Amino acid sequence: MATLHTRSAARLMMAPSVLLLLAWMIVPLSMTIYFSLLRYNLLMPGMEEFAGLSNYTYFLTDPAFFQAIFNTLAIVLGVLFITVVGGIGLALLLDQPMFGQGIVRILVIAPFLIMPTVAALVWKNMFMNPVNGIFAWLAKLFGLQPFDFLANAPLFSIILIVAWQWLPFATLILLTALQSLDEEQKEAAQMDGAGALSRFIYLILPHLSRAITVVILIQTIFLLSVFAEILVTTNGGPGTQSTNLTFLVYAQALLQFDVGGASAGGIIAVILANIVAFFLMRMIGKTLEA
Amino acid sequence: MGSITLKNVSKAFGAHAVIPSIDLDIDDGEFVVFVGPSGCGKSTLLRLIAGLEDVSGGEIVIDGKNATDLPPAKRGLSMVFQSYALYPHMSVRGNIAFPLKMMGEDKAVIDKKVADAARVLNLTDYLDRKPRQLSGGQRQRVAIGRAIVRQPEAFLFDEPLSNLDAALRVNMRLEISQLHQQLKTTMIYVTHDQVEAMTMADKIVVLNRGRIEQVGSPLELYHRPDNLFVAGFIGSPKMNFVSGAPAAMHQAHTIGVRPEHLVLSKERGTWRGTVGVAEHLGSDTFLHVNADGIGTMTARVSGDFAVTHGDQVFLTPDPQRVHRFDETGMAIR
Repeated sequence: MATLHTRSAARLMMAPSVLLLLAWMIVPLSMTIYFSLLRYNLLMPGMEEFAGLSNYTYFLTDPAFFQAIFNTLAIVLGVLFITVVGGIGLALLLDQPMFGQGIVRILVIAPFLIMPTVAALVWKNMFMNPVNGIFAWLAKLFGLQPFDFLANAPLFSIILIVAWQWLPFATLILLTALQSLDEEQKEAAQMDGAGALSRFIYLILPHLSRAITVVILIQTIFLLSVFAEILVTTNGGPGTQSTNLTFLVYAQALLQFDVGGASAGGIIAVILANIVAFFLMRMIGKTLEA
Repeated sequence: MGSITLKNVSKAFGAHAVIPSIDLDIDDGEFVVFVGPSGCGKSTLLRLIAGLEDVSGGEIVIDGKNATDLPPAKRGLSMVFQSYALYPHMSVRGNIAFPLKMMGEDKAVIDKKVADAARVLNLTDYLDRKPRQLSGGQRQRVAIGRAIVRQPEAFLFDEPLSNLDAALRVNMRLEISQLHQQLKTTMIYVTHDQVEAMTMADKIVVLNRGRIEQVGSPLELYHRPDNLFVAGFIGSPKMNFVSGAPAAMHQAHTIGVRPEHLVLSKERGTWRGTVGVAEHLGSDTFLHVNADGIGTMTARVSGDFAVTHGDQVFLTPDPQRVHRFDETGMAIR
């Protein structure tokens, strides 16, 4: 936009969409902040009164809150670890020339297309069920006691389910990155005497670093708010063992009908997400520049 | 040292035989250029020698040892690729040091060898830069640096100058020739550019459709081409070919005359024609002459021979320099 005239015209043209987006963001946010300062329970309609910061005090001192923070982090980090490591492995395998490559690639992508509730139910009823599940059947085959995943290792089970869903995404991104690696570079490394492992460490991994950061960034955004998988499998339990921040806010609002407390939790979640985003962007900014 | 022998080497991709069968001897210290039109199998041949492709048949002997089934790294060869194939995330130092690091050399030895190579190639000031911060010629030198630190038996170059602009190409051509004088290591160089081949080679191997057409020194190929293909491929501008009656006068099916071996006159001569296009280069002028009953011929005359489009000229071939070919395209000597 070269001239002053075109610049002001552009501003004028953009104004409606900017204003709409601003309102779209500001209205819910300010309403949530407003609710979080009220004593607002759905079981006592019409009795709302200003409560100051007490909602925040209650939410932050709730022992479930710390458990939820820990669980949120465990889910994010656990799933990231499984998907990045597994994704690199799968991408390397799928990059090899083989018979039926196209079909295999579509099969690998399939889990990503299944909606979270369905995927979680399939895992709950067909894999992890201590009576009818495949894992139980396998355990019995070897004469072992079936393991009740969702009761005894609820957080791990949820990490497993979510990782299964996100693995195709990571694989896909990493596979395309892998395919963009120059063939001559690989051959040059071969001539230079680099074995398969050295080629992986010195050539392939640095080449993938950008794709890996993209995978981490995008997945973190979605993994902070995992909800459906928890709701249909463990319901946050036993106790609060598999409750993450999102689920805690849900429980506060719709199981305990405490809109004020839930709003306070929502605002805290927003602040925490922004802190994560800040560090993430700093880390990623560095890699993407390089 | 770096002698390479190909015995009956063949290569097929599926049913398609790219190289039917090739025998070739390369002596230690020679600068050999594989030249030919695109798709003639010259790059494939180089990759067979490098070990980046498996041979379909035959034997490759490097330095007296059968290397047919050895992996690329074990053959003691270094290769410079067309795209340079530098490692983008490593500095120039890292790139040059990489083969040494893979050999498990000592840190001190690596530093010394990298410094030496950088000095030879004028890269000392750029050692800490990344490849993308370098110009085309500098990248090319890094690629060569990465090849020389290993002190290989032989260097393989796969069209290394085709990504450079014309001026730089002439420069790098000279630098590679000087490097060869300095190192005295066997070099195999693949190009489609016959000028590169003529200027750099000790020995040129002309390839066509996976077959060797002729092997010889640049001047041998220029003066005594074995067949029509070599005669037409070596030399610039191309040799003129004439068949029919004028050829029959020389007891040949086809005769070939190089543009520089045609004598031009405005008064008399063997063939009459009109000037189509005159390309003035200053020192020389290339004339495209439409000769009556023969077709277009290219002639090279001194730059002060004043003619323009439409002028009538006479062409006379230098009888000593007429190349004669039989019906199969082979030279008659």
